[in-house]
Amino acid sequence: MKVLRAGDAALLVETETPHRLHAAVRALGRTEIVDVVPGAGTVLVTTAPGTDLGPLGALLGDLPLPETSTAGGEPLRVPVVYDGADLDEVAAITGLTRAQVVERHAAAEYVVAYLGFSPGFGYLTGLDERLHVPRRDSPRTAVPAGSVAIAGPYGAIYPSSSPGGWRLLGRTTLRLWDPDREPPSLLQPGTRVRFEARA
Amino acid sequence: MIEVVRSGPLATVQDLGRAGYAHLGVPHSGAADRPSLCLANRLVGNDEGAAGLELTFGGAALRFDAGAWIAVTGAPLPVRPGTMNAPFHVPAGTVVEFGAPSSGVRTYVAVRGGVEVEPVLGSRSTDVLSGLGPPPLSAGDRLGRGHATGPITVDVAPVPEPETEPVLRIAPGPRDDWFESLEPLTRAAYEVTAQSNRVGVRLEGPALTRRREGELPSEGMVTGSLQVPPNGLPIIFLADHPTTGGYPVAAVLAADDVPRAAQLRPGQRVRFRLTGP
Repeated sequence: MKVLRAGDAALLVETETPHRLHAAVRALGRTEIVDVVPGAGTVLVTTAPGTDLGPLGALLGDLPLPETSTAGGEPLRVPVVYDGADLDEVAAITGLTRAQVVERHAAAEYVVAYLGFSPGFGYLTGLDERLHVPRRDSPRTAVPAGSVAIAGPYGAIYPSSSPGGWRLLGRTTLRLWDPDREPPSLLQPGTRVRFEARA
Repeated sequence: MIEVVRSGPLATVQDLGRAGYAHLGVPHSGAADRPSLCLANRLVGNDEGAAGLELTFGGAALRFDAGAWIAVTGAPLPVRPGTMNAPFHVPAGTVVEFGAPSSGVRTYVAVRGGVEVEPVLGSRSTDVLSGLGPPPLSAGDRLGRGHATGPITVDVAPVPEPETEPVLRIAPGPRDDWFESLEPLTRAAYEVTAQSNRVGVRLEGPALTRRREGELPSEGMVTGSLQVPPNGLPIIFLADHPTTGGYPVAAVLAADDVPRAAQLRPGQRVRFRLTGP
């Protein structure tokens, strides 16, 4: 794996499986590591001031990855009412019917590749290729919390109300993000997710 | 209690932020100029990580119901009654008035015992990007005080002179290979624009030219990153920057220079100096 410097206290490691490398770096349990941040094709490792990045970089570049980053067990099940404002548009773009869009979205198993954009916002990989659609040309100023959405190769569930340009398929009452809960985010890098259609 | 009589343009509660949650999309946040907050806390005998106030362009007024030891650091401004960079006692009922800073942007106020607000994810910091932590202060807010842990041992702290045109050290990468050259960064001074905030310092000046097309897959970014959007003008990421970003980072500030960047004010000029990778 290629290891790049990100200033004098962080390393950026390129990898095809960020959530697995994220799990492997956490499992090291090294106290000089402050944050481990997976991205779409990288893991950023930030360190305490004064950490010697040379040896750490060598270690990270050769780190063996676990088979899976999840602890096994059942995927997180997310109940969804599929009545999103963009269902018709997605059907038109993909040439599918509304029912087929829903069916394909609910049939897949997803994995949280990484989180970003806002606290608890997970980028879900595993979206059916037929459902890869571009973002809206003009983002909405407010997307409600719990909105189930897609854009490009990713699925997502808006954890809190925010502006957003993703296409809305439905909504869930599941509370993805709660800073008073431990952990605050139901989604972690590597979490498996399934959507279940509800009336 | 401490009553906010006036907040000035923007006043927030800040401590050392929320380390350890970046993988959940939680910005680090915390004092933009950390050493100044730490100094203010030391001056009043607090732990360095106690919560204090970050005043943006001064202008605040605080009423102290009970007598308190306080210290004011960071961007230098008139304090009445009081003085910068030294602990002083304010008697019960005093209203402390903060003027406008003569240089810099962010002034820190530490109160012996620390400011007590409800922590969120282990920090009392206001994060203007994600909205975590207490909302920015407004007139009428009342803030509690905690208990001090250490003695007051320092009379006055030496601080560096304000800089008119700082030279900030940068190291290339991690995505310097996305640009024709980093030479524009060091060619001339940049000017800080009015769009700057706790998320980032926006600059006008020589633009970087992309060597490659396409979008960078989102990746984790550190405080002090020079992220370069399609217009080629770098943005210096400060405390409330997003955890991941989709524009390449051409270079990163030396960690020690981040607090200096956090004191850059709109209209001020700044230069970069490349150091080794």
